[in-house]
Amino acid sequence: MEQYIPLFLTKYNYWVYIALMMIGLWAMIAKNNLVKKIVGMNIFQTAIILFYVSIGAKYGGTIPIIQHGSGHGHEAAVRAADYINPLPHVLMLTAIVVSVATLGVALALVIKIHRRHRTLEEDEILEQLRES
Amino acid sequence: MIWQIDLAVLILVLICAVGALAVKDLMGAAILFGAYSFLMCILWAVMGAVDVAFTEASVGAGVSTVFFVAAVFRTSRRSKD
Repeated sequence: MEQYIPLFLTKYNYWVYIALMMIGLWAMIAKNNLVKKIVGMNIFQTAIILFYVSIGAKYGGTIPIIQHGSGHGHEAAVRAADYINPLPHVLMLTAIVVSVATLGVALALVIKIHRRHRTLEEDEILEQLRES
Repeated sequence: MIWQIDLAVLILVLICAVGALAVKDLMGAAILFGAYSFLMCILWAVMGAVDVAFTEASVGAGVSTVFFVAAVFRTSRRSKD
């Protein structure tokens, strides 16, 4: 048991990401209000993006911009250990834009639902659907 | 990456996430979600992902909050849970 405590403490960020993911998943499943469900979906998405970006981060590394320009010969070689891995950044940049597009569509659907049913609560909408 | 800043902002992010889901007023939830997005942007700047950080600050915190506020104004502001 004791050997797991340093593992738990040094990987604190992953535990927080898992907690954020579970908060988002709980909100999507258990919340009654539709806007709250969308907030939960966004929290889930940003938790996953955070997980991916933190994979590329490293201690002692700087931001992925080559410092002295591109030289010739032996200067052209770059020590990859000095720079943070930029590949997850580029992938997650796309994910952020996609998440905003998803949010726009979801909120448009919520406005349509509110025009028709005059409420945002899921149980009241289901009640109205059952009566009609 | 400075782990003290990382841990402090992570705790604030957790508080903002729980707060945005717990508030009964949907406008308050939208504003807390904007605060959550800005804290997330700080977290990415600490990790060295500056491009992701400023995209999140403009698109995630800016446009998402505007969308939420517009949607809440067009629908109802009250929430049961």
